[in-house]
Amino acid sequence: MSFLVVNDLEKRFGAVEVLKGIDISVPRGGFLVLVGPSGCGKSTLLNTIAGLETVTAGEILIDGVRVNELHPSKRDIAMVFQSYALYPNMNVAKNMSFGMEMRGVPKAERQQVVARVAAMLQIEDLLHRKPSQLSGGQRQRVAMGRALVRDPKIFLFDEPLSNLDAKLRVEMRTEIQKLHQRLGTTVVYVTHDQIEAMTLATVIAVLKDGVLQQVGSPAEIYNTPANIFVADFMGSPSMNLVPARLDRANGALVVSLKRADGSTTMLPLHEPSAAAEAFIGREVILGLRPESIDDAPVADADGAQRHPLEAHVEVTQPTGADTLAMIRLGGREVVARLRAETGARAGERRRFMVDMSKAVLFDPETEERL
Amino acid sequence: MAANPIETAVRTGRLTRALIYAALLVFAVYYLLPLFVMMVNSFKELDEIRGGNMLALPELVTLAPWIKAWNQAQIGVQPTGLAPYFLNSIKMVVPAVVISTLLGALNGYVLTKWRFRGDTLVFALMLFACFIPFQIVLIPMARVLGFLGIAGTTWGLVLVHVVYGLGFTTLFFRNYYAAFPTELVKAAQIDGASFLRIFYRILLPSSGPIIVVTVIWQFTNIWNDFLFGASFSDFDSQPMTVALNNLVSSSTGVKEYNVHFAGAILAAIPTLLVYIVAGRYFVRGLMAGAVKG
Ligand SMILES: Nc1ncnc2c1ncn2[C@@H]1O[C@H](COP(=O)(O)OP(=O)(O)OP(=O)(O)O)[C@@H](O)[C@H]1O
Ligand SMILES: [Mg+2]
Repeated sequence: MSFLVVNDLEKRFGAVEVLKGIDISVPRGGFLVLVGPSGCGKSTLLNTIAGLETVTAGEILIDGVRVNELHPSKRDIAMVFQSYALYPNMNVAKNMSFGMEMRGVPKAERQQVVARVAAMLQIEDLLHRKPSQLSGGQRQRVAMGRALVRDPKIFLFDEPLSNLDAKLRVEMRTEIQKLHQRLGTTVVYVTHDQIEAMTLATVIAVLKDGVLQQVGSPAEIYNTPANIFVADFMGSPSMNLVPARLDRANGALVVSLKRADGSTTMLPLHEPSAAAEAFIGREVILGLRPESIDDAPVADADGAQRHPLEAHVEVTQPTGADTLAMIRLGGREVVARLRAETGARAGERRRFMVDMSKAVLFDPETEERL
Repeated sequence: MAANPIETAVRTGRLTRALIYAALLVFAVYYLLPLFVMMVNSFKELDEIRGGNMLALPELVTLAPWIKAWNQAQIGVQPTGLAPYFLNSIKMVVPAVVISTLLGALNGYVLTKWRFRGDTLVFALMLFACFIPFQIVLIPMARVLGFLGIAGTTWGLVLVHVVYGLGFTTLFFRNYYAAFPTELVKAAQIDGASFLRIFYRILLPSSGPIIVVTVIWQFTNIWNDFLFGASFSDFDSQPMTVALNNLVSSSTGVKEYNVHFAGAILAAIPTLLVYIVAGRYFVRGLMAGAVKG
């Protein structure tokens, strides 16, 4: 049973169409992450769910109730803003209790709830400070606290971590994850950081120019991206996209890559989709994640799906945990994720193994996955 | 109180500094001279003014001109002094300033945080009101006041000044609130605060500097206004400026300069006070938004 349903939602600002027929549903307790490049309409979608923007067409249901016409305060949601939006004239305690005061919660109860949430977020010492006297991380906590005093049906987060430095961002990400596990409240979370999206989400929705590109679990989005945009957007470094030809050889489907020296390399496809058959003899785009290419010796277990090829190493970039190598493949520069202790050196020709089990193919014209 | 050391962008040499101070001193003297002349002569006997040097300190200090200007001098036909007119001005200025400031704040709030179709046009028209010369509105305004039945009353003057000041107060608050984060308003909406509650619980408490600017601006303008006061008041609602004019121009016989000077200073005291009390906030308010923090 879906808890939050967005049904064919459209939003227009004057003549500008910002959201074009969005359909998403999230089960109770789910964690929906909206990702997409800047200006694609993530905040707008979140604001329509919050009721801060009206919708042009379509409907939004929360817990089975249509909320299109409900005022934001009546939708039983709590929101954390990118800028935190702490009331500058009120101290932390007042910031957290303002909403309860507006809803007529008695003072004693307000204090109790604030004390409980402050303890949970470890901000008890800050209760009497003004927002201007807090660090970025502390402000972020207070903003979370203000949402947490509510026990709402849905938490809405609009890029809550984007103003923090990298280390704090990772810390807070884990905390948000723990909070979600503890409270089990449904969350809608906007980010343009695809690592945040992958780590936090139970459902990811990828948006581009107001059009929903794909909705699915992080694994689905990562392994079977619906189109080239999603493939390119999710994952870091992003998926390698190499022009190739689909052929039939020895009864199996193979992808032929043109090499610089005029030869071709053939990589067999595992479990090709029915749609792929129609592309035999035609150009396709082969999508390969960087971790599908490595230079480790063949391991027996999955050796059947790994295929050797030789390639020129252009540069190597050690990241500590592993080493990224730019190699020439199909006339393109392609990223391979190698072990940290790899012997690969820039300028050499080297033998790589390509794992074709997770390869995907795209139609070069429609950019859709085959 | 944090006494921040004054930061200067340029390190200045001793000579430049001396020149700067000299120039400042010259300007200060230039501007203070009229006040000085008025001040010293208001404490002199009339004979001493006539016989002596305008710049000289009084030989014999007397408060008589001040007392006379305050409550004995002939204004029009009555020997009431300026006191009742001073009160008239207060009764006109205080409500006019409060109302125009509040309305300006509300306008600014709506024009920035509750935008509607055509809001920029509305704002442009209100801005336009700032540039309408006083003289043009005299006759229509007289008609309106007559129609409302408040011609010649203090409330009539209040209305005139509120209407005339609204363009400025709206401009001040709109520009101030334009920089006020809209997300705060959204957060308050989610918290369940109503339109007015958001205004007075979230925006107003953060509006100190711009309120000071607006109040000073409105207070001095309305207090110093002569044209509207002369055009729309009766004897019992005449503001200070009009009474001062009557005192100076209509007194028969000898010109009592010492009384005139005392009266003029009396008329200027409230605006001076407002500047002294709130002046530092004035500058701060004008600068607000220019630099964060
Ligand atoms: N009030 C508005 N009037 C007109 N256009 C708007 C308005 N609000 C947003 N837009 C437009 O809608 C589009 C989507 O905006 P939105 O804020 O939802 O983007 P976003 O995905 O949240 O981007 P970011 O990652 O930069 O926050 C943008 O092109 C923006 O210019
Ligand atoms: Mg946004």
